[in-house]
Amino acid sequence: MPAMTGNDAIALALSEEMRRDPRVMIFGEGVATKRPDLVAAFGKARVRNTPMAEGIIAGTAAGAAATGLRPVIDLLFAPFLCYAMDEIVNSAGKLRYVSGGQFRFPMVVMAMTGAGWAVGAQHNHNIEAWFVHSPGLKVVMPSNPADFRGLLKAAIRDDNPVLFFSDIPLLFGSGEVPEGDVVVPLGKAALVREGGDVSLISYGKTLNHCVEAALQLAEDGVSADVIDLRSLKPLDEATILRSIRKTGRAVVVHEASRLCGVGAEVSAILAEKAFADLRAPVLRLTGPDAPAASSFPLEQAFVPQAEAIAAAARKLVRSEVKVLAAPELALS
Amino acid sequence: MQFDPKRALKQMMRIRAYEEKLVELQTSGSAPGTCTSVGQEAAAVGVVSALRRDDQILTNHRSASHLIARGADLGRMIAEVMGKKDGYCGGKSGSLHISVEELGVLLTSTIVGGELGLATGVGLSRSMAGDDAIVVCFFGDGAACEGRFHESLNLAAVWNLPILYVCENNQWQAYVHRRETMLIDRIADRAAGYGVEGLSIDGNDVEGVYEAARRSAAYVRETRKPFLLETCTYRLRGHYEPDDQAYVDPAELEHWRARDPIALLQSKLQASGTLDASAARAMAQDVRQEVEAAAAFAHASPYPDFAELTSDVYA
Repeated sequence: MPAMTGNDAIALALSEEMRRDPRVMIFGEGVATKRPDLVAAFGKARVRNTPMAEGIIAGTAAGAAATGLRPVIDLLFAPFLCYAMDEIVNSAGKLRYVSGGQFRFPMVVMAMTGAGWAVGAQHNHNIEAWFVHSPGLKVVMPSNPADFRGLLKAAIRDDNPVLFFSDIPLLFGSGEVPEGDVVVPLGKAALVREGGDVSLISYGKTLNHCVEAALQLAEDGVSADVIDLRSLKPLDEATILRSIRKTGRAVVVHEASRLCGVGAEVSAILAEKAFADLRAPVLRLTGPDAPAASSFPLEQAFVPQAEAIAAAARKLVRSEVKVLAAPELALS
Repeated sequence: MQFDPKRALKQMMRIRAYEEKLVELQTSGSAPGTCTSVGQEAAAVGVVSALRRDDQILTNHRSASHLIARGADLGRMIAEVMGKKDGYCGGKSGSLHISVEELGVLLTSTIVGGELGLATGVGLSRSMAGDDAIVVCFFGDGAACEGRFHESLNLAAVWNLPILYVCENNQWQAYVHRRETMLIDRIADRAAGYGVEGLSIDGNDVEGVYEAARRSAAYVRETRKPFLLETCTYRLRGHYEPDDQAYVDPAELEHWRARDPIALLQSKLQASGTLDASAARAMAQDVRQEVEAAAAFAHASPYPDFAELTSDVYA
């Protein structure tokens, strides 16, 4: 299995899918400039720069998707999606439904987010839950290069609008990517590590923090299931519930702010569907209700780290948790 | 394509009768309120008459005139407004976002300016397909004040997208007169700012609209470049039914009532001897009967099954 970065995995998936299907095209700010290989392979018509205007980029993708193309758009940084909310939420997300199923929107919206570049709150804002809450859309956020490739291929092949969020440092981190046409299906979580005492549930870069936490816990004799959600919508409830029925304890971790985040949904699913299996309260470790700071130490403090995750899991396992002040945990 | 003024007159009458019927249904509590295009029929019929069947149309919340000019079935239209199963969208649209793909009326968005954001994508599909069909995007003076107007025309210009932008300048933006929201009188003047050709015309003269649309559609078809056609017209009824129009200057309303596009065409055709008074009366009678039959069809149509609440969310 060759090793490559998240960025390389994305480039590979784009190239493979554009070769497989002539309807696939990509456009956005600087897309053609930054991807000369794709321009050389597929031509300027299918790989386009655009004006710096996220709304019309997303609207063009929606209109094109509904009339036979399969566009991928790169809107650069997640907060820029605020300029494109009407096209993504009101058009791509709703016009299939309000038309009685006359249209479909096979399109992918790519954006970067997350701590790592110290770019501050208008380039770093984990807004993935906004789109989970919007009907008609699917949302993925990979944690490793293999899933960058496999999920992007699945997103491009899906007939619905898919939001594809890239956690910034993961784009530059290396990992093994399997050979062959490996498509990671949307809506399937990955059990990346098996254990019996506690379930650590996450996605994006904090999934890797959960794996680190699991290694620390193992030294203490605590074994953890680590679940990579990968798809936030559809959400793989079966994998989450299977794990919690085994462990009875869950720590749900993400960089996005807590209120109405994906962790709230996971916690609610556990409360509704696995209440009898829970041996301890479900804990959430998340970013705070604050914009992301640019200062590197503050930016990192925003993100739940492995030590805090391991500490939360230990408290659950030792039945020390009745009611926890989670913000203290996140920053401890 | 030959323009038939008598056919155009009947289409305009049909649109008027349909929208007046919707007002009646709203008043009696049988249907929700609608945004009508009463007074704007010539602008719609003139443009749609100049298109080919394979041309595609994007419209907006004031869409009935475009749909009916394109041949939409009145019964399925009213059923849709009433939220019935036999509506064009199964009752999930209501009046505001009716799309009819088989008629080439696509992606109707009721977000003002939404159609401008989608038209470039439909234009891109035409461009990538390499055919000679064109895309027509109907929007109003209100949408021309949205940022998407700028983004859409600019992208269509730099990508050479075959889009005929038709701004139906009906003078009103919901409850605000356009004089309050823009300093210029002609939206077509903005085309030059994008390196695009534009033309502003009288939108209440259906023959003039047809001729301008025919020429501008041919320009878009041949050059594969966008064009901005402005049809100056007037919204004779309120923004949304019911609306007492108390905020409208009565003199302005009278001025435009005297320029009612249906009356204008009818008197022109009668003056030239193309149409006599009894034929005109018969035409009006025909469309009223069509509308009554359509309303009966819609009344008889069942409401959608509750299972439809969550169908067609995902493909």
